[in-house]
Amino acid sequence: MLLKRTVKEDVIKFFFFMLAAVSIFIVFFVIYFLFSESLPAFQEYGFSIFESEWSVPREVYKIGAALFGTAIVTIGAMIIAIPLGLLVGIFLSEIAPFHIRTILKPVIELLAGIPSIVYGFLGATLLVQYLQPSFDLLKGISLFAGSLVLGIMALPIIISISDDALKAVPRDLKEASLALGATKWETIKKITFPSAISGVSAAIIMGMGRAVGETMAVSLVVGNIMQIPVPPFDIFESGSTLTSIIALEMGEATGIQTYSLFACGVILFIIVGTMSVTSNLLKERVEKKYKGG
Amino acid sequence: MSKKTSLEMEVKDLDLWYDTKQALKKVNMPVYKNKITAIIGPSGCGKSTLLRCMNRMNDIIDKCRIEGEILFDDKNVYRKNYDVVELRKRVGMVFQKPNPFPKSIYENIAYAPRIHGIKKKKSLDGIVQQCLKDAFIWEEVHDRMESSAMGLSGGQQQRLCIARALSIEPDIILMDEPCSALDPIATAKIEDLMRVLVKDYTVVIVTHNMQQAARVSDYTAYMYLGELIEFGETEQIFENPQEELTEKYITGRFG
Ligand SMILES: Nc1ncnc2c1ncn2[C@@H]1O[C@H](COP(=O)(O)OP(=O)(O)O)[C@@H](O)[C@H]1O
Ligand SMILES: [Mg+2]
Repeated sequence: MLLKRTVKEDVIKFFFFMLAAVSIFIVFFVIYFLFSESLPAFQEYGFSIFESEWSVPREVYKIGAALFGTAIVTIGAMIIAIPLGLLVGIFLSEIAPFHIRTILKPVIELLAGIPSIVYGFLGATLLVQYLQPSFDLLKGISLFAGSLVLGIMALPIIISISDDALKAVPRDLKEASLALGATKWETIKKITFPSAISGVSAAIIMGMGRAVGETMAVSLVVGNIMQIPVPPFDIFESGSTLTSIIALEMGEATGIQTYSLFACGVILFIIVGTMSVTSNLLKERVEKKYKGG
Repeated sequence: MSKKTSLEMEVKDLDLWYDTKQALKKVNMPVYKNKITAIIGPSGCGKSTLLRCMNRMNDIIDKCRIEGEILFDDKNVYRKNYDVVELRKRVGMVFQKPNPFPKSIYENIAYAPRIHGIKKKKSLDGIVQQCLKDAFIWEEVHDRMESSAMGLSGGQQQRLCIARALSIEPDIILMDEPCSALDPIATAKIEDLMRVLVKDYTVVIVTHNMQQAARVSDYTAYMYLGELIEFGETEQIFENPQEELTEKYITGRFG
């Protein structure tokens, strides 16, 4: 009996160990593949790969413009989505009356689940058409349009996750603050929000992650021209991003162009990886501070 | 009950409903200055509800409706435009489960004074030290003021919460079963502390522990099913209860 049971447990243990091993292997394989396929591009250009020159006829494939585009579009999206998302998150969890919350919360979760192509499509038809006449632009297609679409896409994620984080703050902490004569707003500012800061940072980083990694929606509205606008912060110009350039050119790419596209992938991997590590470190630090010890 | 007693607060004909469920029924109760008043009764009889009316903590509960009056300084705290923040500054509260803020020990005490406008480091330092001393916890924490309050033991956390309640210089301190999560030694410390605090403050304590009520309180109120059955000096309630329900409860025949 006893023997049988331990054998069964060993089998199960082994099974899960194998599953874990396989998934770790796959992850390492992907990373290895990514780096090895991009290596020739880095060897060819060195640091000058971060310059902005991408030309099929001249066969020069330097990724600076895409990196710039990703940075601008992400920063723009966050400028829109962070303040708005946190405010709505606070409203939803701390201020909204019960019946408003019960309607709003599922709607926001639904918005977060809409496939990105839909946002891109809406952006390309409605937004771009509106931007064109109202800003007197040649084309509504621009880095600014990309920021807007990504900002709107990141919004429901930031709202929903920050709402969860704020809701998770124990009620008795809020009551302790109110009982000391703090107002509702003081309590939110000094107790609820700081207590939820790890979850709120996670919300922001998840939103940013979606913005950095988003492909379809962006490629429909940014213009996909590998250029850094002049002056560089003219966000009403067309541009390109690390993701959209990969999506558009991987199909027909040959030789060094392929390697450069893989280099875009490596940079994306590093950015998103750094963000995820940062969020975990942040969480740990906050937890240490708040959970005592 | 030697010294003369004067009224600090008075509950008059108080009714309270949670949605459709009535939790308090025409409750009348005096709260005397510089005395400990204990509210006892079986679980669910409305003790916490009554206590939380005294600093209007029930305001934050959805669908909670209140009728009747609570007089404090001759003013009904439930009248329109009554300043709730001002009330809560004068009526402090200690909760059933110790609930220090996830901040440093220092920040826990400095929190309320800061909110109420004290900015100077010197003044804050003074308040923090005084409150911790008054709550008998200074000796245990003075050398680690910057470490997290979450690292303290349950009993220490609860005394920290009492110190925090003192930081607003209240007239009344409400305590809702402050010892129910604590071991007997920590409980004894808090009971001693109550006897000291009552020299400067008025204390109202909810407890389901009759021995505790008998040990520490000057007055006792017995509640049952949302009604206040009997109120009197603690000795009288425990030795010579006037109501049959009270007698049944304190002799342990139910509850
Ligand atoms: N927030 C609430 N919403 C609805 N009912 C409540 C709420 N709080 C307490 N009650 C009900 O009111 C009654 C009195 O509760 P309470 O004052 O907590 O009793 P006690 O502290 O004496 O155990 C109980 O029946 C309880 O279920
Ligand atoms: Mg209770």
